[in-house]
Amino acid sequence: MNILKTIQVSLSALTRNRMRSFLTALGIIIGVGAVIAMVSIGEGAKQEVEERFNSMGTNLLFVRPGSRSYRGRHGGAGTYTNLKEADALAILNGCDSVQYVSPNVNTHTQVIYQNKNWNTSIYGVSDKFPEIRKWEIEEGVFFNESMVKSGQKVCVLGSEVSKNLFEGAYPIGQIIRINKIPFRVLGVLKSKGESGGWFNQDDMISIPYTTAQKRLLGINHIQSIDVSAVSMARSTEATRQIEELLRIRHKIAPGSEDDFNVRNMSEIAEGAADSTRILSILLGGIASISLLVGGIGIMNIMLVSVTERIREIGIRMSVGAREKDILFQFLTEAIVLSVMGGLLGIVLGVTGSWLISHFSGMQTLVSFGAIILAFLFSASIGIFFGFYPARKASRLNPIDALRYE
Amino acid sequence: MENNNIIQLKNLTKTYYVGETQVHALRGISHTVKNGELLAVMGPSGSGKSTLMNIVGCLDKPTSGKYFLEGKEVSTYNKNHLAGIRNKKIGFVFQNFNLLARTTTLENTELPLLYSNIPGKKVKQMAMEALSLVGLRGRELHRTNQLSGGEQQRVAIARALVNNPSILLADEPTGNLDTKTGEEIIEIFKMLNREKNITIVVVTHDPEIASIAQNQIHIRDGVIVNGKTE
Repeated sequence: MNILKTIQVSLSALTRNRMRSFLTALGIIIGVGAVIAMVSIGEGAKQEVEERFNSMGTNLLFVRPGSRSYRGRHGGAGTYTNLKEADALAILNGCDSVQYVSPNVNTHTQVIYQNKNWNTSIYGVSDKFPEIRKWEIEEGVFFNESMVKSGQKVCVLGSEVSKNLFEGAYPIGQIIRINKIPFRVLGVLKSKGESGGWFNQDDMISIPYTTAQKRLLGINHIQSIDVSAVSMARSTEATRQIEELLRIRHKIAPGSEDDFNVRNMSEIAEGAADSTRILSILLGGIASISLLVGGIGIMNIMLVSVTERIREIGIRMSVGAREKDILFQFLTEAIVLSVMGGLLGIVLGVTGSWLISHFSGMQTLVSFGAIILAFLFSASIGIFFGFYPARKASRLNPIDALRYE
Repeated sequence: MENNNIIQLKNLTKTYYVGETQVHALRGISHTVKNGELLAVMGPSGSGKSTLMNIVGCLDKPTSGKYFLEGKEVSTYNKNHLAGIRNKKIGFVFQNFNLLARTTTLENTELPLLYSNIPGKKVKQMAMEALSLVGLRGRELHRTNQLSGGEQQRVAIARALVNNPSILLADEPTGNLDTKTGEEIIEIFKMLNREKNITIVVVTHDPEIASIAQNQIHIRDGVIVNGKTE
């Protein structure tokens, strides 16, 4: 008996019991659908996180002062004031895997334009800030190197600030007051959207860090350094180079703690990706259980079906069906059920994840790999759970099977 | 070995074990069936005739003794080999028809051919030939539950004949039919035997069948009590 005939016989047996066949396959349909939908939620979340980190630049590094300890009492991170402009320059010149640096000083203050005011973050940065953070200019220009050197009172607005202060009026060339000091608006940054919900990247104003040090804060240290590595692949190398250089510059004895720390954006991104991966595995795992239950459902129905069709098996054997013919017939029935269930499950899963993203706004990503995996899994469930009932059927004694009432 | 002897049974025994108890269903059966013969096997219930039919039909194996079918000793064959013999050499007709439910006449008739290597095109042709032999041409797409008892038995005969077997075995073929339909079935057997020269072994209580048989054997307690042989 060849494969085509076997499939034909199995199909006719399944169509003779349409309702039961459908209900049997339903377990697999829901299982596969759930796996695909759940994995797509997990993958979507992962992609969203990756996109956010990519938008900030994966070759980005942060250098921040460490926590100062005085007689065993540690202050918070950033309590050292020993990070200087010169450190930033040394990093730029001394580390070959570093592309750009931007010394940063930040503050938070009230800004005023005519009769409107707004409370926002002020970033004191260098002219390389847009390159490092992959930030594009919507209108106007960013301040240049000489403006930073001479500490000019110029600023570039985040799109949120521009919207709130100017309400559609043209901001370039206007004078706003930051902490009562007049600043000329040079440009507006392109919107980046909220980043992970913890702060709004567009609600800020960039000014030269020199200006911020002198005019707003009255300090001569810097609070952090943004560094971009020449490539993402070399960001770990850049981290090491910066650490070595700063230990020398800060005269830290071997074995003692750093008075600064360097964090690597790709490490941070990896950590975030890890947690979304756990989410994927968790969701997929829960859904897999329903797939497994679906498989057990197939086995259950196949066992009932074998008992119900003992006479049929006997008749087939009496006209010359061999053990393996019967085995393959019942195995094929189980596989056909699970494969059909798998296909319908794919349709359900893809539709389901589309509906989820459409109605909840959650980003979902139906990956081809997940579809293939779910499908193969459902087919192998058919083989695995179909085998026992099929073998039971094939081992029947023809005489007993013919007499069975 | 004479070529004319299609079935040779030599001292067949069959012993079943029911728990600790031994049940001797056959206690030494020796008999020969010639090509083209119609043999009636008779005997009270429990005498062992069904066991004998199962062994002759290759559904079961004897405990001891030898069974030659067309000169080949099939009593030594394994399960798979026996399935092949059932498929090619033997046609079965049962008392309760044993057709597949919710399946058409044609599909039932084709069933043995599904398990042989006959190409799909020829399958239908052979099935149609077998159906016209039993007078069911034109009813091939009827489902078995739409047929009368006599028609169902005719489908069963068509199914038994479709592979052109060496022998046709029938176990009480008229047992579930009324007298008139029973007679129609008997006529078919007679026609197959006389005109097509098919060897038939039939287990029966029906004196009508016995009357058309060239030979009869009576079995009691697992042995042949009177073999009327020519």
